[in-house]
Amino acid sequence: MRHPQLNADGKLQHLLTIEGLPRETIHHILDTAASFVGVSDREVKKVPLLRGKSVFNLFFENSTRTRTTFEIAAKRLSADVLNLNINTSSAAKGESLLDTVDNLSAMHADMFVVRHAASGAPFLIAEHLNRIRGPHVNVINAGDGRHAHPTQGLLDMYTIRHFKKDFTQLRVAVIGDIMHSRVARSGIHALTTLGVPEVRAIGPLTLLPPGLEQMGVRVFTDMREGLRDVDVIMMLRLQSERMRGALLPSAQEYYKHYGLTEEKLALARPDAIVMHPGPMNRGVEIDSSVADGAQSVILDQVTFGIAVRMAVMTILASN
Amino acid sequence: MRLTILNGRVVDPAAGTDTIAPLHVADGRIAAIGQAPAGFVAQNTLDARGLVVAPGLVDLAARLREPGFEYRATLESEMQAALAGGVTSLSCPPDTDPPLDEPGLVEMLKHRARGLDGAQLFPLGALTVGLKGDVITEMAELAEAGCVGFSSGPEIAIDTQTLLRSMLYAKTFGFTVWLQPQDPQLARGGVAHGGPVAGRLGLPGVPVVAETVALHTVFELVRSTGCRVHLCRLSSAAGVELVRRAKAEGLPVTSDVAVHHLHLIDVDIGWFDSHYRVHPPFRSQRDRDAIRAAVADGTVDAICSDHSPVDDDAKLMPFSEAEPGVTALELLLPLTLKWASEAGVPLPAALAKITCAAAPILGVDAGRLQPGAPADLCLFDPAEHWVVERDRLRSQGKHTPYLGRELEGRVRTTVVAGRVVFSRPA
Repeated sequence: MRHPQLNADGKLQHLLTIEGLPRETIHHILDTAASFVGVSDREVKKVPLLRGKSVFNLFFENSTRTRTTFEIAAKRLSADVLNLNINTSSAAKGESLLDTVDNLSAMHADMFVVRHAASGAPFLIAEHLNRIRGPHVNVINAGDGRHAHPTQGLLDMYTIRHFKKDFTQLRVAVIGDIMHSRVARSGIHALTTLGVPEVRAIGPLTLLPPGLEQMGVRVFTDMREGLRDVDVIMMLRLQSERMRGALLPSAQEYYKHYGLTEEKLALARPDAIVMHPGPMNRGVEIDSSVADGAQSVILDQVTFGIAVRMAVMTILASN
Repeated sequence: MRLTILNGRVVDPAAGTDTIAPLHVADGRIAAIGQAPAGFVAQNTLDARGLVVAPGLVDLAARLREPGFEYRATLESEMQAALAGGVTSLSCPPDTDPPLDEPGLVEMLKHRARGLDGAQLFPLGALTVGLKGDVITEMAELAEAGCVGFSSGPEIAIDTQTLLRSMLYAKTFGFTVWLQPQDPQLARGGVAHGGPVAGRLGLPGVPVVAETVALHTVFELVRSTGCRVHLCRLSSAAGVELVRRAKAEGLPVTSDVAVHHLHLIDVDIGWFDSHYRVHPPFRSQRDRDAIRAAVADGTVDAICSDHSPVDDDAKLMPFSEAEPGVTALELLLPLTLKWASEAGVPLPAALAKITCAAAPILGVDAGRLQPGAPADLCLFDPAEHWVVERDRLRSQGKHTPYLGRELEGRVRTTVVAGRVVFSRPA
């Protein structure tokens, strides 16, 4: 059976997940992104690659930050952009997800950027659009539940490649709430695909999903042990609703054991880079001195994110 | 009305019969197999050459969606589906809207079913009012209205004290309590088997301990009360092992599995295919293999369809938001035969799981072919290949993982109380 994000020619029609994406495809996206990094520095920050195309940002879950980066990426490619925030109340009015998609599709969108709180929702949308519109419409997953956030995973890889060049000699630690994190899942698939020999997951047992070992990950519950000699530290955001409940007792205790401080950072390699998908909880998962410190590449991630999203949109539109 | 079915392979798992012989029916009952009784003259004959003549199937769980969910299915549509599937006796769970917690509702349902001239309907009553878990129902009244057992619904959503008391009350009258072993707290929010597949897909999991913890609790309460319990829809290797030990200990428990759990596993979800969203969830291959073995060795008494018609709007949703359930009445027989052929189980032993082993759990006279028994029959072609197609399913529920797949074994004629109520042209 064909992977649902590929068209009949085996080319990428949608970007739904990094899982199953060949290594060459990832590098192709990153190479294409590299060619766009300069665009943002030019006086005229536009290229005409998506002129005449309509990109619909279809956000069933609010996220100003991610939506904005997609919007900027589409506009720099000269596309027309429409932002649709479909909060849960309009779903409560009775319109089903696919009815919503049908309606928007009738407005001739060429590309849908979808964020949804349910894992897998963009797969359903992509499959439905294939059925009603054929192969000339694209879906980009901008985050689905706990499952995947492929453009974030790709911009993280872009950042790592930018600073570390070679993936095949690295130790990478992903730290925090892996259970609920689509960023972690996409990052892990990308890292293992790109040949990173040691991917570590660090967190309390309540925040580690089953099956990490099968994904090629070494699990640590002791952050100090897990940080030893790593080259890349990928911190995850801890959602505020998880900070106090049956998964964690308090933000303070979490910070003490899993917050990235200068003292813990010193256990990693001296040239280790620190990443975070944002928005950060300073003093919960990361100390301000680390977030703003010399090893932090967090703002670089944001810059690269635009170029990576431009690359993904361009490649999908050209396939 | 006297009918003779000629040339069929008569298989009666209860008696161990497996022979090519005529079967004679008179006054709604089986008159004889083989030699006709003295003076018997058939008014009608039916040629069953190449077909198996089996007892009508007994399905322990088929949701008919009445009352309350008529947009999903109606008694009319689902009774047709039952007959097309060779099912002549079926039990419906009480999770309707309102739940079957009052004798009037049960009488209405029985009355409607009788008018439809379909399969015999044996409702389960709610164990507690509204299935809410606090007030026990008028079980004796409900039994008089036609309930054959009492169920707590799709989970054991009832505190342990109330469960203990409801089991004592049921035991008072000799009723069977039907429990689906799932601890609601441990299963909270879960939509797929709590294993590596759900971990990878980012789907909240239902861990195996949700089943085993519930089973441990139920067994302790059975030891304490002596109440007879039927365990519905086992899903895990650890679960069937606990049932095996409980039976060895002599506890008065029986159990069933849903027929699709004999075949499908969590990996089959693929990329979030909501056709695979069922309750309990499809578990690992190891669990599936243990369930198959447990059905074969008798730990699991019966196979049921767990038929649950779901409308398109509720099914064509992201996996975690889709309504659990598949249409299965018309697939019960072929999927049971598929298991039997793959597992090397002889036909009579396989049919027993959907006939004579299921009927005693309902406490009804069905599922056998001895003279004097009701003439409820399922005539099927064991070798016919057919493709499951949406538009050809009688059920109003069209969602099953088997859409487009080819299955072997197809019902040709269904007889209820001596009358042909369904026949499919060859």
